Amino acid sequence: MIEHDVLVIGGGLAGMSAALHARQAGADVAMMSKVYPTRSHSAAAQGGINAALGIADSWEVHAYETVKGSDFLGDQDAIEILCSEGIQDIFTLEHHGVIFDRDDEGRIHMRGFGGTDKSRTCHVGDMTGQTILHVMYEQLLRMDVKSYDEWFVTTLLMDDGACCGAVAMEIVSGKLEVFKAKSVILCTGGCGRVYEPSTNGLIVTGDGLALAYRVGALIMDMEMVQYHPTTLPANGFLITEGARGEGAYLLNADGDRFMQNERYGATTLLEKASRDIVSRAETIEIQEGRGVDGCVLLDCRHIKDRILEAFHQIYELAQDYANVDITQEPLPIRPGMHYIMGGIKTDVDGRCYRQNGDGVEALPGLYAAGEVACVSAHGANRLGGNSLLDCVAFGRRAGAHAAEYAKSINPPNVSDQAVEIEEQKIIDIFARSTDLRAPALRLEMGEIMHQYTGVFRDEAGLLEAQRQIREVRNRYNEISVHDKGRVFNTDLLAVLELDYMLDCAETIIVSALARRESRGAHTRTDYPERDDENWIKHVVVYQTPDGPKIDYLPVTITQWQPEARKY
Amino acid sequence: MIQANLKVYRYDPQKDQEPHYDTYQVDGLPDFSTVLDALIKVREDIDGTLTMRCSCRSAVCGSCAFRVNGHAKLGCKTALSKLAPNGEEVCVEPMGNMKVVKDLVTDMEMFWDKIQQVKPWIETEGEPPDREYQVPHSKMVELQQPMNCVMCGACVSDCTVLEETSKFLAPAALAKAYRVVGDPRHAKSHEWLTELSEEGGIWDCTRCVECVQVCPKNVAPMDQIIKLRELAIDAGLTDNVGAKHVLHFTESVAHTGVLDERTLPIKAAGIGWAFRNAGIAIKATLKGKIKPLLPGTHPSVTEVQDVRRIHEELEVKKGTE
Repeated sequence: MIEHDVLVIGGGLAGMSAALHARQAGADVAMMSKVYPTRSHSAAAQGGINAALGIADSWEVHAYETVKGSDFLGDQDAIEILCSEGIQDIFTLEHHGVIFDRDDEGRIHMRGFGGTDKSRTCHVGDMTGQTILHVMYEQLLRMDVKSYDEWFVTTLLMDDGACCGAVAMEIVSGKLEVFKAKSVILCTGGCGRVYEPSTNGLIVTGDGLALAYRVGALIMDMEMVQYHPTTLPANGFLITEGARGEGAYLLNADGDRFMQNERYGATTLLEKASRDIVSRAETIEIQEGRGVDGCVLLDCRHIKDRILEAFHQIYELAQDYANVDITQEPLPIRPGMHYIMGGIKTDVDGRCYRQNGDGVEALPGLYAAGEVACVSAHGANRLGGNSLLDCVAFGRRAGAHAAEYAKSINPPNVSDQAVEIEEQKIIDIFARSTDLRAPALRLEMGEIMHQYTGVFRDEAGLLEAQRQIREVRNRYNEISVHDKGRVFNTDLLAVLELDYMLDCAETIIVSALARRESRGAHTRTDYPERDDENWIKHVVVYQTPDGPKIDYLPVTITQWQPEARKY
Repeated sequence: MIQANLKVYRYDPQKDQEPHYDTYQVDGLPDFSTVLDALIKVREDIDGTLTMRCSCRSAVCGSCAFRVNGHAKLGCKTALSKLAPNGEEVCVEPMGNMKVVKDLVTDMEMFWDKIQQVKPWIETEGEPPDREYQVPHSKMVELQQPMNCVMCGACVSDCTVLEETSKFLAPAALAKAYRVVGDPRHAKSHEWLTELSEEGGIWDCTRCVECVQVCPKNVAPMDQIIKLRELAIDAGLTDNVGAKHVLHFTESVAHTGVLDERTLPIKAAGIGWAFRNAGIAIKATLKGKIKPLLPGTHPSVTEVQDVRRIHEELEVKKGTE
């Protein structure tokens, strides 16, 4: 048994921020990741991180635009914290050594992004996430934070209603180990691989979300799934919103800048409108026959100097995976699953919650931050550039709070027996011999989710998705593996990850069925209007012996009342 | 649609005494498929025991460095259409200079230890400002090159010095060191450069250019090492063989227009070293391999004035940079 005060599960930007601040608060903290931390998917964020550093900007404007971007579903107390404290977080990152692009005075340069006409997206070329992740990792090395690399968590442990650790497998040996901790912070990222295609890396399998769901945590806003407007058709890769932020056009097959069409409600910001609006517009163009081989076109030709100067990565991606020189010809792109606004419901200190009678209560010892969490800073639609900020800011708050909490409690009771239960699960998987393997089933799940829970949804489709996913869930128990060894068994990991993903899929579908209106990224063709009278509330789902149960929580409104959303 | 024919290194420590190779034919791959796409398809559809690391598929996570046809590459950045346009066999092996854990998975501990050894973080002077440090954009852009490193290990895999000595910090860690030392906010460059000038550090690179060639992210580690060497010499950290070698090389050329290979090792490695190795020098002289070390045996080239002028111009140019 290994013991720490605070165990951070996940080594991306939120996990690093949490670990760093728990350490600074004096806790004995360990960070655990199923990959080496710099492999985390935060590295893929290209365009930037938002903060109102400019004279012509303010955190209040940033907050308002985030609320508006969230289609008034975001919790405004959380958004105020994100946008106001986030400013200092950017400066701290800069002091730690992030090599932000600069203006003529040597101050941080900011570029335009979606959902605003301000320039407030700080960036490092188009490798912002990678740079921040690596610089944060430098700080963890400096602080000598203990890191368990390539460990895979199979279950959370509970003692007397409080989370007190986890069982994890050392991937290189296959050995299972009990980790005892006074507090656990889940920072495992989103669940993009639930969809096919997705911009997300292969490791983004919703592990933490499912772990929390299984110990009764409330999962919130799961119907809010973001499709990014510009992804490559070949493999779903992301082309940063920064390209449109700097002036790139979207064209249909007729060569029209279709965002100028009044029906899309974005005649002012056009291509820089929020992601839900642009992805919806693109989907309509394609569905109505004005697409090009299932895509629309991203035209960067008139900004080619900026592309060559500050967008090396997307220039190369388009070259490598579409054979297009974006400075010479338009690039075919389409909306692709990118991010989940929903996640484990937390408060602004990262604490998780569970149902208690008719109300909710904190789930002691369990925290979450980053994409796996739902605080909810993004509501029904996240603004580009806000996710890295979310990871840094709420990772920091969760880390600090979890450290203080750990100081205040007695060591929990944890037994080594938990290993045996987990061991048996693996033995059972090894014992099966069928022709059914995890990758085929994952692909089936991904395609079901994309078809029925993508940009447009309706009740019939969602019920069909539910039926099909339940059928996939039944077949899950027949999966077998080729690799029955213990050393670095990725065949086995794929089975365990699919288990997590199926839980995530279930929460997305039941939440999407529950919300009978259209808001942000959730567009119900059978309920096409936003319904503020009935639906300014969060959908929460939690696991019971009888299956998932739905409930609702109020939206925190501090200063911005819902209003019509035009860009 | 394209076809891939893979020959893949296989080793499972639980059952294999020795590594072996398996071949796989993968059909129906989309045109833009990479070596990694083909490997994933093998793992998913043909042989689930095939083991490798991978995640992002777009060259930002750094998980999938392998040796492809003998050289380290990121599997996800190596297009099959370019590498094997007619379905030629592609050989995939684990990275070199590291222990193999299983199949294409190598033990990366040595890699991360070396990163840790260069103290890869900046330390600033005094209290930080209220806002950001004001630094030139050009300097930040210059640091993007080493910062572009995704820690994939390709350069370490194919480093020819590391093959000879495990002490060498190797290209990735040294490129990371330049990211720190070259950062205008870093206040302890002298301390860092002093440590980097020790054995196993910046002067042990033989400039074979292998790391520059295999780096999938254009980090050009050797170029970063050369920048560190320049900074070390400028900081007066010249009391080591490597720096002396460079200085006397320059001095010799600036003086006579041509390198005097006889005095260079003496001046670089010192008179004690020269005494201990005098036997080799005498034998080489007797066999006519080198000229005897006597006055007048290393005359200046006829165009020596031109060489000196060029040297002076370069010195001036360097001073103004």
